[in-house]
Amino acid sequence: MSRITIPEESELLELNLGPQHPSTHGVFRMIATLDGETIVKLKPVLGYMHRNHEKIAEEMSYIASFPYTDRLDYLCSMSNNLGLAIAIEQLAGLEASERGEYIRVIMAELTRLVNHTAVTGFLLNDMGAFGTPLLYAFREREKILDLFEAASGSRMMCNYIRPGGVRADLPEGWLDQAKAIVKAFPKFLDEFEGLLSENEIIRQRTLNVGVLPQELAINASITGPMLRATGVDYDIRKVDNYSIYDRFKYRVPMGQVGDVYDRYYVRILEMRESVSILQQALDDINDASPYISPKGKAIAKAPRTFKPPKGETYGRIESPKGELGYHLVSDGSNKPYKYHVRAPSFINLTILEDMCLGHKVADAIVILGSVDIVLGEVDR
Amino acid sequence: MTGFGVLRGMGITLRQFIGTYRFGKWFLKLIGLDEGSGITTVAYPEVKQKHAENFRYFPFLVYDESPEDMRCVACKICEQECPPQCIHITMEKDEKGAPTKKFGRTYPAQFDIDVSICMSCRICVDVCPFDAIEMDNDYEVADYGRGPEMNFNRDKLLKSAEYFGKIKPTEHAEVEARLEPKRAKAKAAAAAAAAKAAEAAKPAEDKPADEDPSDAGSDKGDAS
Amino acid sequence: MIDQAFVNLNSTLLGALPEVLRPWAAGLVKIGVIAGLAPLIMMYLTWFERKVIARMQNRLGPDRVGIYGLKQPLADGLKMLMKEDIVPEGADKLMHTLAPLVALIPALLLFLVLPFGRNMAPLDLNIGVLYTLAVGSIGSYAVFMGGWASRSKFPVMGAMRTVAQIVSYEIPGALAVITVIMVTGTMSLVSIVEAQSQWWFVLTPWGFIGAIIFFLSGVAEVNRTPFDMPEAESELVGGFHTEYSGMKFALWYMAEFLESFAVCALTVTLFLGGWQGPAIPFWVLAAVLVIIMAMAKRLPIVAKVMGIGALVALSVVSFGEAIPSWLWFFTKTYSLMFVMVWFRGTFPRLRVDQLMGFAWKFLLPLTLVNIVIAGIWVAMPSVVGVLLDVVIALVSLVVLVKLNQPASLEKRTYTFAE
Repeated sequence: MSRITIPEESELLELNLGPQHPSTHGVFRMIATLDGETIVKLKPVLGYMHRNHEKIAEEMSYIASFPYTDRLDYLCSMSNNLGLAIAIEQLAGLEASERGEYIRVIMAELTRLVNHTAVTGFLLNDMGAFGTPLLYAFREREKILDLFEAASGSRMMCNYIRPGGVRADLPEGWLDQAKAIVKAFPKFLDEFEGLLSENEIIRQRTLNVGVLPQELAINASITGPMLRATGVDYDIRKVDNYSIYDRFKYRVPMGQVGDVYDRYYVRILEMRESVSILQQALDDINDASPYISPKGKAIAKAPRTFKPPKGETYGRIESPKGELGYHLVSDGSNKPYKYHVRAPSFINLTILEDMCLGHKVADAIVILGSVDIVLGEVDR
Repeated sequence: MTGFGVLRGMGITLRQFIGTYRFGKWFLKLIGLDEGSGITTVAYPEVKQKHAENFRYFPFLVYDESPEDMRCVACKICEQECPPQCIHITMEKDEKGAPTKKFGRTYPAQFDIDVSICMSCRICVDVCPFDAIEMDNDYEVADYGRGPEMNFNRDKLLKSAEYFGKIKPTEHAEVEARLEPKRAKAKAAAAAAAAKAAEAAKPAEDKPADEDPSDAGSDKGDAS
Repeated sequence: MIDQAFVNLNSTLLGALPEVLRPWAAGLVKIGVIAGLAPLIMMYLTWFERKVIARMQNRLGPDRVGIYGLKQPLADGLKMLMKEDIVPEGADKLMHTLAPLVALIPALLLFLVLPFGRNMAPLDLNIGVLYTLAVGSIGSYAVFMGGWASRSKFPVMGAMRTVAQIVSYEIPGALAVITVIMVTGTMSLVSIVEAQSQWWFVLTPWGFIGAIIFFLSGVAEVNRTPFDMPEAESELVGGFHTEYSGMKFALWYMAEFLESFAVCALTVTLFLGGWQGPAIPFWVLAAVLVIIMAMAKRLPIVAKVMGIGALVALSVVSFGEAIPSWLWFFTKTYSLMFVMVWFRGTFPRLRVDQLMGFAWKFLLPLTLVNIVIAGIWVAMPSVVGVLLDVVIALVSLVVLVKLNQPASLEKRTYTFAE
């Protein structure tokens, strides 16, 4: 995208949005240079929430990192767990039990619903709605969080998925509860869409705002709904077929323009696909196999004795925000020699300036909201 | 049509508004509309949300019969595995540095969990070989300071197995099933040891008299 | 009897005074009533707004202080009073202090000409309409004063937006009122209400369009969603009142709520028949209220008994009388307030340029067409005239929508990869 040319006579205003600002999703900071209300330069400033996750993880056992991954993207702790579990499985050559795989897929897709509803609500809050879409989203999200609580013991910081399967079996009646919630979910989506999709004000605010060209998106290694909104068919669930995703029938929705509206709508469509995956998985799951493989159980019981063979691996999943990858290097001891997180929020944020240039301040906020960042993951 | 989307959104919010009243719910049903979600929040201090049985908050130590009879043997595995390092354990030892035993087990003299650091991850419970630490579901632990107020000591952490059975019946049953064979074994071993000790004690009868006061002293120290 | 209760009370009290003092006392009573009523209205508007939006969001809203949270505004007021008043370093202190007052006083002055009921207008100015338009626009100065004096970037941006917005929206608002003046031939608000004894103006083609335009411009002028650009919480933190705290902040809020109330009241007066209403007997209303009170779950027994008793007594005393005019006025005004709150509960806000575009490209042409429609209505009082009006209105609406090319006309398609 071409840079904006600034007229000679105009005086620029530098506006500091954040780190304490109602809609920078935490402690993100943007230094925007304005010509009138138009953004001519935008500099993101990161690192206000840096917690040294990667270095800390190198100082402790593989399993002890799981609770910390919950806190990366705190809206979808289940998929963060899953990413690390898959990376560790690759590193140590473990296999997950079948029931474990099913539970993981169910949890990962529920997490997608949680994340996409929440982010759409926050996007609308950034647009200036007085919380109504957000609270409708939260209303549904709570029901899914109740499911997480029943299975893992915690609503947000689940710490549930382990290499080889999951930490604990599903409690009795959980599947029926989940089926009921999943069955009712499309009705909520219809209501949500009725409130938003055709609303003229929202369309006015989002159509052709923050357009991300396909080429730039690919070059900047953008992933997730943001990439698919530009029309690229790239979903790691399809590409890698990790876990047992090849057993389910689902489609990958794609947009055409790559603006804020497309990003919003691709998420809505993705939720509908997730519901279909969930229905299949909830029907197919059986208790023929244990929830965790015996090897995995042994690891979870005594984390410090787990010493994967020397080597390195990169395990990745399609987290709700994009490609979530864990790069692990093992030197044969019980601690990872190197541990790195490829955080989708962080990488998707890199092209913020390109999307914002030439738009108004109000649009910058909306564009930031549509990128779907969680500062815990950006700064790690 | 232009303007219709705006009106539809307004219709949805109005329906939810009406649906929060009893009359409204009845009215919506009467005209054949979906009756909305109603009030979904609870007025917290008066009404408390029901939590799942699995709900976890902070860990606590389990004892069986009396607080003296705690399951913890101060093996320090949880202290090592705890990701944020919030557990501090010292084993009860005599002057010579040898661990003292009660009920045939070593036990912690000090067992502190700094709950302001604890992140409720449940790894300590997973790794404990003795099922001595479990997750509580009491979440109302707010206090006016974060020093000693948030540092829960052993006496504050000790709760009975009965309490555990009350808050988490399923998990309690599992733990009991796991512990039962161990207990039987320990009982047998204790009986054998007692028999052996009784035999050993016979030749020198004045020795126990020396040990008794020191035992009593250490008990008092714990209770305070 | 209930209809004129306040008027009679006023004249009885004044009658007790000596002749010389009467004009002065009459003025003082009016000032006192407005000054007393205004904070009360404002406080319970905040409560009303919070409750209604909460219900729209499936929440309960404030319910901690008092029954149904009715003491919440008092608690908030007390909190505001006790808070520290912070003036930013380098701010223009005098202007900073003056701005909220400059905002509040015109809002109070607007109440002076509102006909609250039959014979209940504090002042029947023969240029009432002009007066409201003139006084109502002083608020923009206050906003700019506040924003500028704060010496901070967010307030300045908010203030600049406000001035642009208020100035733009005053034009369609004023032009919408012109139709009323054309038809009634008077600028006195009292006479305008009386002219609507047969038909409320909103039921005529020009009145319908005019009412919507006037109300929307009013919403924009008092900076409420979806036109709350100057405050724009998610962008400009708090807009022009970012740097205000304590009681000064409360004054800003008071000004905003009073102006919203005044806008609703003016719409009611100009288009919705003011204090006129169908002649429903008072006891019907009382009966409905009694049933609601009896069914209310959280109302204490004492309040129930007292409320029901009072209602029954009132309806017995005034048996055969219609619902009082002032009650009609307040009901209508609060219904419009509900619409404002409803907007806030549903919509995100527009962007600055879209907001301006809406005023200049859509509302302004529509008001001009509306003046023509009103002209035809006056000149051709027959079925042909009405039909012509409707046709012109529909055609111009369609043309204007097409010309503005709203985003809703853009179609999007989404593809799926298997």
